Amino acid sequence: MDFLRPASWEEALAAKAAHPGAVPIAGGTDVMVEINFDHRRPEHLLDLNRVEELGEWEADGDTVRLGASVPYTRIMEHLRGPLPGLALASHTVASPQIRNRGGVGGNLGTASPAGDAHPALLAAGAEVEVASVRGTRRIPIDDFYTGVKRNALAADELIRAVHVKRASGPQQFAKVGTRNAMVIAVCAFGLALHPDTRTVRTGIGSAAPTPVRARAAEDFLNAALEEDRLWDSGRAVPPSVAEEFAALCSAACNPIDDVRGTAGYRRHAVGVLARRTLTWTWEAYRGTGRAADERGGAA
Amino acid sequence: MRVSFTVNGRPQEADDVWEGESLLYVLRERLGLPGSKNACEQGECGSCTVRLDGVPVCSCLVAAGQAEGREVVTVEGLADLAERRARRCAGGDGSGSCASGACGTSGAPLDEAPGVPAGDAWSRAARPQDSQAGGGGGLAPIQQAFIDAGAVQCGFCTPGLLVAADEMLERNPDPSDADIREALSGNLCRCTGYEKIMDAVRLAAARQAEEAAR
Ligand code: FES
Ligand code: FES
Repeated sequence: MDFLRPASWEEALAAKAAHPGAVPIAGGTDVMVEINFDHRRPEHLLDLNRVEELGEWEADGDTVRLGASVPYTRIMEHLRGPLPGLALASHTVASPQIRNRGGVGGNLGTASPAGDAHPALLAAGAEVEVASVRGTRRIPIDDFYTGVKRNALAADELIRAVHVKRASGPQQFAKVGTRNAMVIAVCAFGLALHPDTRTVRTGIGSAAPTPVRARAAEDFLNAALEEDRLWDSGRAVPPSVAEEFAALCSAACNPIDDVRGTAGYRRHAVGVLARRTLTWTWEAYRGTGRAADERGGAA
Repeated sequence: MRVSFTVNGRPQEADDVWEGESLLYVLRERLGLPGSKNACEQGECGSCTVRLDGVPVCSCLVAAGQAEGREVVTVEGLADLAERRARRCAGGDGSGSCASGACGTSGAPLDEAPGVPAGDAWSRAARPQDSQAGGGGGLAPIQQAFIDAGAVQCGFCTPGLLVAADEMLERNPDPSDADIREALSGNLCRCTGYEKIMDAVRLAAARQAEEAAR
């Protein structure tokens, strides 16, 4: 095994181009488990800890550019305002020790359906910035997950950052597990209200071969909110609408039975989380969010 | 490969390190520091917790090569670290002011405050020395609190808990029970049921506050 230690992003891309089989390692919280247990013996480990820009973020504009290696701890501490859904999801990752090392790039690279960041990234509508010596491209999060633990990266590409629009409304994340820490999600759900575009987006974790959106549920809810002019009136979402939304979210799941839970449980629980997160976010929107809009003189 | 880094304030070199080796393995098997324990090797138990550039991490999940040039503190260095913190609070760094009694040392070079004589900063430092203790002196206050509160049974989880609890008290000298539970949520103990561990951390926090008030 070779340990490659690029000091810059350009060096990292060159190393990945020269050794497409090299396994990138940053926080190590996935890769080292596989190595410790002899599940993986890559010829090259590509250490990204020395590439400092991967640990940095820019949050000045309308979009946050979050370096792939920014630890979850930092996201919780510094980005709760612009990225509330992702900050909540970050707080549910494993333990303080793991959150001090792991970041979103690793979640995306591993692309496990259980990765905690995915539902939040899906709900927020993130874009993944990937690069190789051939150039840089941005992959919409909807196109990123291609199969069980598979993603849209080419062999010579590395994940550099994610771009996430600054939240324009409330966002929530909820996860089912046996305790608050050290839990691989039985299932998870992210929901973001986007008052600027009058849309709602969702993300489901651990309940299908990949992280997925509940598109039919979003379409239904978007239409219902529009029809009843709820974005303007700020009235409560009718219980029947919430119920149907929850049922459609359950229907978007394609889960399996495993040690953590049965398919039936997961489907049911996702519906419960969908209804709860809708209530939480909509109540928050009716309160502070919308009031602020009105003060600002919005139509 | 060779890996050079600082452990508990001392420069260390490990040779013939296999590229896939963990920092935990290097500490235990190559540097003779068996304080950090190996129970799961997958980040689940926290018994391997060390500080990497001040930050608590699972050393089983850090590739040895990633520690190159960095500062590591293990349980063997806790007494030393506490002493240096105390000296700084007592004005050893020239600032002479410390409101909390828990100056953050995260990221600060571990060999700071040279020339300050190892002294009487902690009266408890005169306790019998653990044979494995890496730095001179006896026990760190957090270690003493664990003993006094009866928070150690088989002891396998203890080194990781000590490192994690010590770091929390440095950041947050007056933690709520919820803060303590969260800070220690990545550390499993199969013996104590955690109540005595909670007692120990509360005790250490109280003693730290007393010390600071002096
Ligand atoms: S041995 Fe590292 S967390 Fe268990
Ligand atoms: S004292 Fe035995 S595991 Fe904690």
